[in-house]
Amino acid sequence: MNQIIRFTIDGTECMAAKGQYLVDAARENGIFIPTLCNYPGIKPKGSCRVCTVKVNGRLMTACTTPVAESMVIENLCPEIENLRKQIIELFFVEGNHFCPACEKSGQCELQALAYRYKIMAPRYPFAFPQREVDASNPKLIKDQNRCILCKRCIRGIHDEKGRTIFAYKRRSNRVEIGIDPKLGKELSDETAQKAMDICPVGALLVREKGFDIPIGERKYDKTPIGHDIEHHKIPTP
Amino acid sequence: MSKPIVATTSLAGCFGCHMSILDIDERILDLIHLVEFDKSPIDDIKKFSRKCDIGLIEGGCCNSENVHVLKDFRENCKILVSVGECAIMGGLPAMRNGIPIRECLEEAYLNGPTVKENNKLKIIPNDPELPILLDKVYPCHEVVKIDYHLPGCPPRADLIWEALVALVTGNELKMPYEVIKYD
Repeated sequence: MNQIIRFTIDGTECMAAKGQYLVDAARENGIFIPTLCNYPGIKPKGSCRVCTVKVNGRLMTACTTPVAESMVIENLCPEIENLRKQIIELFFVEGNHFCPACEKSGQCELQALAYRYKIMAPRYPFAFPQREVDASNPKLIKDQNRCILCKRCIRGIHDEKGRTIFAYKRRSNRVEIGIDPKLGKELSDETAQKAMDICPVGALLVREKGFDIPIGERKYDKTPIGHDIEHHKIPTP
Repeated sequence: MSKPIVATTSLAGCFGCHMSILDIDERILDLIHLVEFDKSPIDDIKKFSRKCDIGLIEGGCCNSENVHVLKDFRENCKILVSVGECAIMGGLPAMRNGIPIRECLEEAYLNGPTVKENNKLKIIPNDPELPILLDKVYPCHEVVKIDYHLPGCPPRADLIWEALVALVTGNELKMPYEVIKYD
């Protein structure tokens, strides 16, 4: 059996199996640590930094840090909350996130985090970068305007032989997601749907699909992201 | 004490936010007890007749006239509120921001399928009376100081109402989760 260890998050006593990543350990203790590039079942990357917490006074990403005995974790202090808010605002100004015209609106994790943090307007000037929509794939549309470069599609989507279908191309501020032209043509409907679901924003869309859930019934219309974790009732043994 | 005075305008917007103001339903009767309107498309007053307390701005700045009106509002209103996505981040008009202005005009007046055959003289309107398009669409807070932002496309009527009441009464704004939406 795994060794059970004790630690605290914002003063709350928590328990988890040793070696578990902090976000997962927090989730099991009913505490929500916001994430964006992290996805259950995929090796964590720690690239978006939204899950930043203070571990024993030092800033660390909760998705890549394994929990250890007697760790003192700060999650909800104003400094960290403001830091996360800044990161989310930067995502909004760095790309072209026109929520009213987006198929993923209401189901988008970036938008949901902005709602949770009640961001009324970003503090930074909008960059309005020039980015392309790639509709050459028979199953998927890729809108680089909305991509936040979290690499979830690269890390999480493989064909039946285990080959990756998505990859980074170009460098620096011109970096974008590319779909393998050969493997991309052979995409199954399920894999295309999985790619759309794994994308936290609306950068990967299944063709001829969108706006299929009415406003008011979408994932984040009524309850904020993390609500299910914070209100999860731990079953009594 | 006289009632606070409200002015509203629609810059590069679709008037959807003004529709949402009207969407407060019967509370509009409370509104006329609460505030007075000056320059606004709602009462069709074209020019500021006095200094106002609150200015509600719908839409971003896509041309020189928008900038002129916005600066006029800043001069004449104590508090300016950006109402809606277009005022906050340019919105749908800002989707042209990645396209050079020449290309936009050529598509609209020379090459678009509905104008190609009809604009035989190949004219792009350039009368001095016409406002000049800006190089891109700007959010209002990048042109003048904006005091508050109400997101939404349009902002929910409840959010606009609560924000107006909070501004007029000086109480803290109640913001339940459901009212802050970007679409």
